[in-house]
Amino acid sequence: MQKIIVGIKRVVDYNVRVRVKPDGSGVALDGVKMSVNPFDEIALEEALRIKERGEATEIIAVSIGPDDAQQQLRTALAMGADRAILVKTDQAIEPLTAAHALLAIIKTEQPDLVIVGKQAIDDDAAQTGPMLAALWGRPQATFCSKLTINGTVATIVREVDAGLETIEVDLPAVISADLRLNEPRYVKLPDIMKAKKKQLDVTDLATLGVSIDDGLKTVHTEAPKARAKGILVKDVAELVDALKKKGLVS
Amino acid sequence: MEFSLSDEQRMIIKTTRDFVTHELMPHEAEVEATGVLRPELQAALKAKAIDAGLYAANMPADVGGAGLDTVTWVLYEKELGRTGYALHYNCVGRPSNILCACVGEQREKYLYPSVRGERVDCLAMTEPGAGSDVRGMKTTAVADKDDFVINGTKHFISHADHADFVILFAATGEESGPRGIKKKITAFLVDMGTPGFVVRDGYRNVSHRGYNNCILEFNDCRVPKSAVLGQVHEGFEVANSWLGATRLQVAATSIGRAERALALATEWAAQRQQFGQQIGKFQGVSFKLADMALELRAAELLTLDAAWKFDQKIATDSDMAMAKLKATEMLAMVADEALQIHGGMGLMSDLPLERIWRDARIERIWEGTSEIQRHIISRAMLRPHGG
Repeated sequence: MQKIIVGIKRVVDYNVRVRVKPDGSGVALDGVKMSVNPFDEIALEEALRIKERGEATEIIAVSIGPDDAQQQLRTALAMGADRAILVKTDQAIEPLTAAHALLAIIKTEQPDLVIVGKQAIDDDAAQTGPMLAALWGRPQATFCSKLTINGTVATIVREVDAGLETIEVDLPAVISADLRLNEPRYVKLPDIMKAKKKQLDVTDLATLGVSIDDGLKTVHTEAPKARAKGILVKDVAELVDALKKKGLVS
Repeated sequence: MEFSLSDEQRMIIKTTRDFVTHELMPHEAEVEATGVLRPELQAALKAKAIDAGLYAANMPADVGGAGLDTVTWVLYEKELGRTGYALHYNCVGRPSNILCACVGEQREKYLYPSVRGERVDCLAMTEPGAGSDVRGMKTTAVADKDDFVINGTKHFISHADHADFVILFAATGEESGPRGIKKKITAFLVDMGTPGFVVRDGYRNVSHRGYNNCILEFNDCRVPKSAVLGQVHEGFEVANSWLGATRLQVAATSIGRAERALALATEWAAQRQQFGQQIGKFQGVSFKLADMALELRAAELLTLDAAWKFDQKIATDSDMAMAKLKATEMLAMVADEALQIHGGMGLMSDLPLERIWRDARIERIWEGTSEIQRHIISRAMLRPHGG
């Protein structure tokens, strides 16, 4: 295997308590800490491990987003990606557009494997990976929690409701990373300094010949209702009573 | 003026914070409860720190360190300061920058192994009779043919319990100056186990459990002339040229710890309900939070300003003194108020606040007391007026 492409999305950091804009048009992003989507970090870590086992030679991190998404790509480069591509757009784009953009990159780069996070923690859509596989006409394996590669076949263990499901796909394929696939490494200090010198190309949707889809429209955004105050119970018997009263157990 | 962080600085902060949060903080309770950082735990965490490239990141790139500029190094120190001192200093070691003064074989024997984490240094200046008045030291090193013979006692020597060698300062002569007799000081590199050199347990103390200070005794301890670091009689010159911004290290770690205390206090003020409302809505609590945030920001800006000036080679002794003084006094205030906001709960060892409060106390004393820093600042002001 030669190339692996990894999708990297810039999202609000998971530690930030998000606040909805007063007009309900979305989430306030001014001055909010942004990070690499945690599932994309896992995707990249898996690609790095594949490369370190000698099963791949190049890892390309790709992001679609504003100019500032270069920060997240620099993080990917510091983690160990060989080069990065930013598809610059200042518009909020939906999964289908992201999939089209990734497909355009794939056509040029001809990767043997694409790994993306199973979902981004901002919109939780979990659609870009599957849509990309469909557009590309290649197999997909979502929610991957274990990945082994043998020549042109990848074996994937998926965590499903009934337990663990093992499937095989022919490469090239799209794989989406689940939480337990691996634990991403600490970015090493010397690698952070070296990341500055790695190649980061910037392109845009028009150059790639991708038009922005408008199938989705955000109508309104609101914060979840505040949780009602809990009650303290003395023991298990009282707890069971309280749950029964609420009709939560019979 | 440019105050924004570079991508590299942001990443260094993140990776250091992640390491501190996931690798070091989980062991805080054990170190606090036992007063000991177990050697096997220390070794395991140190190996992880080396692997993450965090170990010896203070050192220049040409000797194997990370080659950080002073501002970035301060940001790194600040993140390390969020956890207990024994955990961050003994596991994520920062060898003394003075080792960069090593020449020839000294570099192979002391400098490079220290950067790689194979050997650990400690620095011995303070004596029972020589604290702030460091030139008053009584430890002597007398030339004898090709050797120096060292006699005297050092105390409060940090890290000597697990160090492999000591950077020792001793008087090698006297000269008369305008203000009387002045001792001439020389720096030496002395290996642990050298005959005539004994390390004894130091004193139990209020701050930084798991960290030990030691007493060093020298009785006719003989070292070769090749053990001299820098030039004979020029120990302070070596220290001044190479020791680096150690006061900024104290300032930065104090700021990191204060940030943690303030975050805990803010969280508590928002969650804790009394008299039917968040306690943070009472002015008695909210004004405390505002003052804490204000002091913290002021200390951070002073420290970053001093670090930036250090990089530009325009930092004065006063800049260093102001950063150290402000950051350590701010930490004392923030730790105390964070504890106060928590009420009785703040005193319980289940929260890190009582530790942060105890640990804060040493910061106003070591690396130059608050009084010495005020002396430095005021002297610089008065000197042009003939003071």
